[in-house]
Amino acid sequence: MLRLHDVSASYRGLKALQGVSMDVGKGEVVAVVGANGAGKSTLLRAIAGQVATTGSIEFDGESLAHVPAHMVTRRGISLVPEGRRLFPRLSVEDNLRLGAYSKRGDFDRFAPLELVFSLFPRLRERLMQRAGTLSGGEQQMLAIGRALMTQPRLLMLDEPSQGIMPKLVDDIFKAILRIRRLDVTILLVEQRLAESLEIADRAYVLQTGRVVMSGPAKQIAADAAVRQAYLGM
Amino acid sequence: MTADILLQAVIGGLLMGLIYALVAAGLSLIFGLMDVVNFAHGELLMVAMFATFSLWQLTGLDPLMVLPLVVVLMFALGVAIYHGLIARALTVQFNRGMVQIFVTFGLGIFIRGLAQFFYGGEFRSITGGMVANRTVQMAGIYVPLPQFAASLVCLGAFALLLVISRTEFGRALEATREDRDAVALIGINRDHIFAIGWGLGAATVGIAGVMLATFYYVSPNVGANFATIAYVTVALGGFGSLGGALVAGLLIGEIEALTALVLEPSLKQVGMFVVYLAVVLFRPRGLFGRL
Repeated sequence: MLRLHDVSASYRGLKALQGVSMDVGKGEVVAVVGANGAGKSTLLRAIAGQVATTGSIEFDGESLAHVPAHMVTRRGISLVPEGRRLFPRLSVEDNLRLGAYSKRGDFDRFAPLELVFSLFPRLRERLMQRAGTLSGGEQQMLAIGRALMTQPRLLMLDEPSQGIMPKLVDDIFKAILRIRRLDVTILLVEQRLAESLEIADRAYVLQTGRVVMSGPAKQIAADAAVRQAYLGM
Repeated sequence: MTADILLQAVIGGLLMGLIYALVAAGLSLIFGLMDVVNFAHGELLMVAMFATFSLWQLTGLDPLMVLPLVVVLMFALGVAIYHGLIARALTVQFNRGMVQIFVTFGLGIFIRGLAQFFYGGEFRSITGGMVANRTVQMAGIYVPLPQFAASLVCLGAFALLLVISRTEFGRALEATREDRDAVALIGINRDHIFAIGWGLGAATVGIAGVMLATFYYVSPNVGANFATIAYVTVALGGFGSLGGALVAGLLIGEIEALTALVLEPSLKQVGMFVVYLAVVLFRPRGLFGRL
């Protein structure tokens, strides 16, 4: 579904990605793990069209080269970015509905709202509240909800557990598993190694912008050398 | 000073204030959306006034009848300015703030030069049409009909802007204003939103220009004074606030009218700048501005 070949990118003058190749198959949950600064976020931003890259990125067989970021979203790739990037002064409802903005003209473009509310019932209770007044966990739920409103086929999550109470982290991971069952492919970047490798099918280990290891998530999780050398645990 | 004179001044200030408010609303809309101060704003007002004048002169149509046409033209002009100049200025790597200032400043000088070239420097005025030179008397107060019509149209324009802000497009505008880099995540092309924002800003000042032209002289330099007042109004009301522009515009209109009662007419703008300085000192974000 998503295929990267020899992708390199610079971020603020530094080489953030160097010759990354990877495949994500339809329906898979793929985790990208690695230490801070390994290039995980840059990888997701490169796929989303937010950083210039060399090499090739293909989605459903079509090249994403020179496709502007908003068109990448319209093609069915949705990024839940680091820091969530909600619209803090807009209400929860407006944030969600804006997710369907580019589908204007579709009769049932707000249909995913029900799905979002079933995943995150808290959001329904807070519809009128400004997004900026939500707790960290609720903001993350809203960010995922907003991304689902674009009806993605590939959902990319950048550190969804960052800055969230441990109790809510479980909810987020459970939601990711439920989203997967809806035929949405998931590419997950996470600091929480154990949890992310547990829900992932496969994983890539990044170190200073290169893929140093890849394979079934269980195998990566079990590999003591990986844990020590690249993940610092 | 009799009560009649005072009331007359208050009503005059109210009518003029609504025009100031609408001019400021167009400026504020663009500034609020993308943090770009349009230093050619007064020239956009002037373009709308000349367009009204020329259409009236060439076709003999009532100035009020050409309003929709001028508004559409101004919208297109705003979109063209965004795509032709502003979008490019946004992509420069160094001294971006300066480039943005000088690009609109230069545009203003260019438009004024064009007007000078085509129309010459003399003052012109629209002498025909259904509201021209007519006055209505209400309870002993004389209200010039053109000003009265202008204030109604300005109020209507504010209502329209309010309606637009409540639509889904308005929400997208607001989202772009909050985080221009995040809207791509929901498939919104910010360039498209910025261009329409410029179109709306130019159309807004265009409405003010058409109505102003029915009673005010038209000349290449007519925009400068209104633009200065618009900057003061926007700063007073709070950058990017529609309601703030309305309240501040009315306030400025009143202050000007009342200052003219007590000071010489040539000093009538002193009052508004004093109030403006006080606001800047004690409440720098303006009356309704966000931090």
